[in-house]
Amino acid sequence: MYVAVKGGERAIENAHRLLAHERRGDRDVPELSLAQISEQLSLGVDRVMTEGSLYDRELAALAIKQARGDLIEAIFLVRAFRATLPRFGATEPVDTGKMAVRRRISSTFKDIPGGQILGPTFDYTHRLLDPQLAEGSTPEPPATSDASSAAMPRVTDILGRDGLIESSPSADDNAPIGDLTREPLSFPADRDLRLQNLARADEGFLLALGYSSQRGYGRNHPFAGEIRLGEVEVEFMAEDVGFAVPLGPITLTECQMVTQFKGSATQAPCFTRGYGLGFGQSERKTMSMALVDRTLRARELGEEVMAPAQDEEFVMSHSDNVQATGFVEHLKLPHYVDFQSELGLLRKLRKEFAEAAETSPLQEAAE
Amino acid sequence: MNAPAYNFAYLDEQTKRMIRRAILKAIAIPGYQVPFASREMPMPYGWGTGGVQVTAAILGRDDVLKVIDQGSDDTTNAISIRKFFAKTAGVETTTSTADATVIQTRHRIPEASLHAGQVLVYQVPIPEPLRFLEPRETETRRMHALGEYGLMHVKLYEDIARFGHIATSYAYPVKVNARYVMDPSPTPKFDNPKMDNCAALQLFGAGREKRIYAIPPHTSVVSLDFEDHPFSRYRHDAPCALCGANDSYLDEIVTDDKGGRMFVCSDTDFCETRQAQGHRGSESAAPHKERAHG
Repeated sequence: MYVAVKGGERAIENAHRLLAHERRGDRDVPELSLAQISEQLSLGVDRVMTEGSLYDRELAALAIKQARGDLIEAIFLVRAFRATLPRFGATEPVDTGKMAVRRRISSTFKDIPGGQILGPTFDYTHRLLDPQLAEGSTPEPPATSDASSAAMPRVTDILGRDGLIESSPSADDNAPIGDLTREPLSFPADRDLRLQNLARADEGFLLALGYSSQRGYGRNHPFAGEIRLGEVEVEFMAEDVGFAVPLGPITLTECQMVTQFKGSATQAPCFTRGYGLGFGQSERKTMSMALVDRTLRARELGEEVMAPAQDEEFVMSHSDNVQATGFVEHLKLPHYVDFQSELGLLRKLRKEFAEAAETSPLQEAAE
Repeated sequence: MNAPAYNFAYLDEQTKRMIRRAILKAIAIPGYQVPFASREMPMPYGWGTGGVQVTAAILGRDDVLKVIDQGSDDTTNAISIRKFFAKTAGVETTTSTADATVIQTRHRIPEASLHAGQVLVYQVPIPEPLRFLEPRETETRRMHALGEYGLMHVKLYEDIARFGHIATSYAYPVKVNARYVMDPSPTPKFDNPKMDNCAALQLFGAGREKRIYAIPPHTSVVSLDFEDHPFSRYRHDAPCALCGANDSYLDEIVTDDKGGRMFVCSDTDFCETRQAQGHRGSESAAPHKERAHG
C-alpha cells in the first residue's frame, strides 16, 4: 500500500501517452493543420506570439496545437524555446509612423489626416451566434480600393506639435537596451523594462488592472488617442556591411492613450502618454497595456501611488502568466514533508489548547 | 521550421557562464541572494527551474547525479528532472547519496552526512526569508544590507507569546556566517542542523524569483532562536516501520480510513540502505520498491 502513493516512471510515460491520445481527440475527425490554426485562429496565434515574445506564426500555431488550445501552455512552450535561441543583436527601432496601415482609429478627433480606417474588427458587430458559420460558408470577398498615398501621422505627433502632449522621450543610441530576459529585474525599474514586462504580460491580468484604473483605482482619464494595425519593416544594423539590412515585415498593433495631467510647479498642464504595442492584431492587450503603462508612471509624474495598477513592484512581479501558472500549479507537486511538520505542529497546538481549556480560570469563574 | 537543437545539459554556454558567475558571487558572500537572469526552462516555474539551472550550469560529463523530492528518488518530479538530465547531458544517475557528486533536492536534506566534493542543489520557491513579513523587494534588500532583522525576531517572539513556542515547522530561518538571514527552502526544520558546518557545497536556486545563494563548505549556519526558547527539531515519535530507524525524518502514511497510520523514512535511499544492512521495522515484510508493472 505504501508503494502505491509513489509515482513511477511508467506512470509518467503512460500519462503522457494518454495526453497525446486525448490531444488528438476522435480520430474520425480530421486533424488540425498548423496552417488552419494560423489562418483561422489567428488572434490566438497573435496572443501566443505577443506573450511568448517570439514572432513566428508557425511555431505559435504548433504550440497551440500541442497545448490543445490552452494559450498559456502554448505561450510557455514558445518561451521555453525562445530562451534557447542565441542573440545576434537588437534591430533598429521600428517606425510605426511608416506603418502600412490596415486599421487605424482615433477617438479624440472626428477626422484626422489619413482618415479613420475601421479595417477588420469585431467592433459594431452584433454578437449573435452565426449558424451559417457552423455549416461552413464562404464569405464574400472584401471590398477593395486603391491604397491611399496620404501620410498617416500618429495622432500623438499632431498633438505634440502644439505642445499639448508631453514629448515622447527620444532613445539614446548609446544607452544599453534593457532586457529582463537577460538581466534580472530590480526595482525601481525604468520605463523600457516596464514596457517589456507589460508586452509579455498576461492579457487578462492587464485587462483587469487597466479596468480597475478606469473605475477609480489609480484613475487617469484616458482617451484612445490612436490605435493602429498594420505591417512595419524590421531592419537590422549589420556591422559588416555598414548599413541597416531589411529583415522583412511584421504585423503590429500600437495603442497610444492620451491622458490628463494637471501639471506641476515646473511644468505646464499637458496631456501625458500611455503606450501599448503587441504582435499581430492584439487590441485588447495593447489598450490595457497603454492604460497600465500610464498608471505605472505615477512615481515619475509625482502622483500618489494608491492603487495596485500604480504599484510597479506589484504589477511587474505578478504580470507574467508563465511564472504565475507555474507557481500556482506547483501546488500539485507533493508537499507531504512540509505538511507533516505542519500537522505535527497543529497537533501539538491543539493538545496544548485542550490542556489549557481543562484548567481554564475562565471556566472556574463561570461556575 | 526552426528545428530546436540543444547544448550539453540543455542551457547554452553563455547562459551557463552567467549562472556560474552568480554562483561564485553567492559562494563569496554566504547567504546573500544574488540576482541572476533566470531563463525560461522547459518545465514550469515553481517545479524546480532554479535548481535545474544551477545543476545544468555546474554539471560536468563525469558527474553522477541524484535527484530527490520529499526525500525520495521516485516521486514524479524527481523522476522527471533526473530523466531531463539523463537525456540532455547523458550523465550517470544514481539514487545513492554517497555515490552522487551532485544532488538536486526539493524539501529535504539527505539523512546520510554529505562529504567533501559533493554539491547539494536546493530548489527554492521563495528565496526571501522576510517576504511574508514585508512583501516589497525594495524594502527587504535594504533590510538585508543593514542587517536589520528585528522584524523577524519580533515575529518569532510573537509566536512564543501566542503559542508558547516558535510556530514555524519548515522553511525555518537561519543566519549564515553570522551575517545574512537566509531561507533554507521549505525543508522541515528537522534538517536545519545538517546545513551547519556541512562538508559539501550547498547551492540554492530560485528560478521564478531569479535568485541564487550559497553556503560554502564548513560555514556556520544557525537557526534563529532565543536563549530561553532554544531551537528544537521535530520528528514523529516513532521508529521507521520499514527499517526501524529512530533518528530519521518520517513520512506519515495513512493506511486505512479508521485512523490507521504508519511511519516510514522520508529518505528512501537511507531507508533502503539500512534495510540492505539487515535493519528491520514492524512492516519490513514489504520492503520499499517500485511496483513492477505489466
